[in-house]
Amino acid sequence: MESATSSHARASPLRSTPARIAFYLAIAALLVAAPFLIDAAFGRTWVRIVDIALLFVMLALGLNIVVGYAGLLDLGYIAFFAVGAYCYALLASPQFDLHWSFIALLPLGAVVAAFFGVLLGAPTLRLRGDYLAIVTLGFGEIIRIFLNNLNRPYNITNGPQGITLIDPLHIGSASLAKTHTIAGITIAPVHGYYFAFLACAAISVFISMRLEDSRIGRAWIAIREDELAAAAMGINTRNVKLLAFAMGATFGGVAGGLFASFQGFISPESFTLLDSIMVLCMVVLGGMGNVFGVALGAVLLTALPEALRHAAPLQQAWFGTVYVDPSDLRMLMFGLALVLMMLFRPAGLWPSSIRRRELAAERQPSGAEGADVRR
Amino acid sequence: MSDAEALLVVSGVSKRFGGLAALDAVTLGVRRGEIFGLIGPNGAGKTTLFNVITGVYAPDTGEIRFCSGRVSGLKPHSIAERGIARTFQNIRLFANMTALENVMVGRHLRTTAGVIGAVLRGPRTRAEEAGIERRAHELLAYCGIAAHANELARALSYGDQRRLEIARALATEPQLLALDEPAAGMNATERAALTHLLERVRRDGTTLLLIEHDVKLVMGLCDRVAVLDYGRKIAEGTPPEVQSNPAVIEAYLGGTLA
Repeated sequence: MESATSSHARASPLRSTPARIAFYLAIAALLVAAPFLIDAAFGRTWVRIVDIALLFVMLALGLNIVVGYAGLLDLGYIAFFAVGAYCYALLASPQFDLHWSFIALLPLGAVVAAFFGVLLGAPTLRLRGDYLAIVTLGFGEIIRIFLNNLNRPYNITNGPQGITLIDPLHIGSASLAKTHTIAGITIAPVHGYYFAFLACAAISVFISMRLEDSRIGRAWIAIREDELAAAAMGINTRNVKLLAFAMGATFGGVAGGLFASFQGFISPESFTLLDSIMVLCMVVLGGMGNVFGVALGAVLLTALPEALRHAAPLQQAWFGTVYVDPSDLRMLMFGLALVLMMLFRPAGLWPSSIRRRELAAERQPSGAEGADVRR
Repeated sequence: MSDAEALLVVSGVSKRFGGLAALDAVTLGVRRGEIFGLIGPNGAGKTTLFNVITGVYAPDTGEIRFCSGRVSGLKPHSIAERGIARTFQNIRLFANMTALENVMVGRHLRTTAGVIGAVLRGPRTRAEEAGIERRAHELLAYCGIAAHANELARALSYGDQRRLEIARALATEPQLLALDEPAAGMNATERAALTHLLERVRRDGTTLLLIEHDVKLVMGLCDRVAVLDYGRKIAEGTPPEVQSNPAVIEAYLGGTLA
């Protein structure tokens, strides 16, 4: 049971080290080149969609901690995204004429979101399944409606008008909202943000994987499997559940701050129940509990509705007229895709049980046959 | 019984569910180092007593002391921390985790890594993780299921699942191991192996509290036995004493024969 077999080899079937290094380098090169390749092939709109997809990767990974690991169905997750976004927007915009640095604001967003995570978790500790889902759904709506109405008697959030002119991210004095040219390569805002979001998404993947394969991760999964047995094994179910809510919320909080800086404008409209459900779909469709599955789900479900926009020109070309409004068709196709997925791959595109089977195959009888070892 | 030898003392514990008195002023003591059996007809309150001892229910009246400290009213995880581990009548493993991972969860209590340790995974956390895994392998071997370490718990045979529950419970380093019908559903060979395992657990220093239906197994294994009937303790003593107790014979055979 060398730690090499236990923690590192499981993610990739590549065994020999040089092959693995080459594989990871290729992936890294592809990820660095991706925004420019996509820009050249499909246009800048699609780079923007990829940027948003990366934010959703973070959101889905955060929700995966709550739903995938700890098994707590949360239908109000987008509230933490909203909390992070408003935290950033209020402290880095002309709203209060505050312009804090993102270096302080992103961690602050994470902390504030974690606080709200505990605030949601504490009263719902005894609830599971449908009951928990209803309470969390209510929580998500409460946050949104609060943000919508906090413009009277004192104007804090600017109500439904939202907050505008939010400060962009910047590196030194160079704002990511401007186009730069470095060594002949044009780096538009969408490109700059791509790298910022990619870095944050990569950190999220890293944290998720480390947590899953740890004492805390095992405690979460144990609670999901059997809460009473977990408690009998000495796991403080209250604390561990609150920790899951708080950890999940931090991902949402950071993603919210990034979103606010990227858009430059936020309003309560961006944080509806539908968005919560969308993130949940990403987690479930991708493969609940599996980090890469969840990330894949986030990318696909962000890209799919955008791709379906092209249904209108296609109809025009084939039938000479647009029979079905593309915005209607989008949701119809999206729903159909979900139904088909659940029918044919109910465990998700990339379910975590595959990892388990690989793990079992890799580890096979690892000795420990020496019998009299206890005490 | 003096405090020195009494590990677990249940005094006057009652528990009602609606109009049903599941436990009625039950008093008993388990001595350090013994195997104590709890028997009784179906519905006698054995499992309820287990659940009260391990904190699943709080007793309505009475008190439970463990290692001279009061444990009644504590949460299950606090009771586990004080040194009482248990198995369940209807096996409650973490079905979708491997056997090894199940036992690793049992080490939760005796390890400390938090979120920051898990994410940074410094030398201390790595050493702790390696220790958890090593101990889990040892315990699987101890319980005779080392070969199934990487199988999902739900894929194990019934007898192996019961052993895995014992391995998981032992991982919490209990002073008292409470077993709820550990031999249920086992064949004769598996029973013999289980008896052997339990005797070894006791020899290695863990006190055992055992609910069992199989009277033969209880009488062969236990140092002392208490009998519950309709929530009340009707007898306590060594197996021969209990077997010849008229109240016990009546409870089991309905008083028709002796």
